[in-house]
Amino acid sequence: MTPEENRRLYGKCNNPYGHGHDYRLEVSVEGPVDSNGQIVDRLALDDFVERRIIDRMNHRNLNVDVPELDGGVPTTENLAAAIRRMLEPEWDLPARLTRIRVAETDRNIFELNCS
Amino acid sequence: MLLTRKAEFSASHICANPSLSDQENQAIYGANSNPNGHGHNYVLEVTIQGEPDPITGMVFDLRELKEILNQEVVEPMDHRFLNREVAPFDRVVPTTENVAREIWRRLEPRIDRANLRLHNVRLYETHDLYVDYGGES
Repeated sequence: MTPEENRRLYGKCNNPYGHGHDYRLEVSVEGPVDSNGQIVDRLALDDFVERRIIDRMNHRNLNVDVPELDGGVPTTENLAAAIRRMLEPEWDLPARLTRIRVAETDRNIFELNCS
Repeated sequence: MLLTRKAEFSASHICANPSLSDQENQAIYGANSNPNGHGHNYVLEVTIQGEPDPITGMVFDLRELKEILNQEVVEPMDHRFLNREVAPFDRVVPTTENVAREIWRRLEPRIDRANLRLHNVRLYETHDLYVDYGGES
């Protein structure tokens, strides 16, 4: 698209110098409660999300630093889909990954079911 | 994919059915039936279901959605006395349930387009109480 078309479509989000958000990610899992009284080991879940997502996205430029976004427009819709692609294939925790939810701001939230 | 946008508005209301006596209204609605009204800081969460457009990467233009929520809900309801100033609450008791249903009725035609649908309206009357309405009758 032309710069003018991009400005019209994305508004302030199209600022050529970029802009940032404090994204919040919620990862939901489902499963039976184990003998420790847990659905999932919190440390294992934290560690998985930390390694797969936080380490690779935190304080990065999503337009250039995250290969899973493939240079595409990092709308939060596309970001949520990329996060799902980064979590699902290597998911090795006993609980089932059911949903991810990405909040771009307190007011805009995107939610995706996982298989 | 589900996309949720929040908005807030403050409004006052009286929960009382004019066809019932004051005593009956007091028994059903308690302090909410105070004939002089009372207010809430409502928080609205509107959820749309759709897939991101392959070209734009967007389910719905967020600026447009904000504008729709402003036009249909915030501008007509914010700082208003619902029973006296906002139809249909001159004849429908503005319980949280009925306000959520009215918000759905106002938003649905503005959201309903190809491959998109209004999925849920969540209306918080207080931090501790909310209603989810998905268009069911």
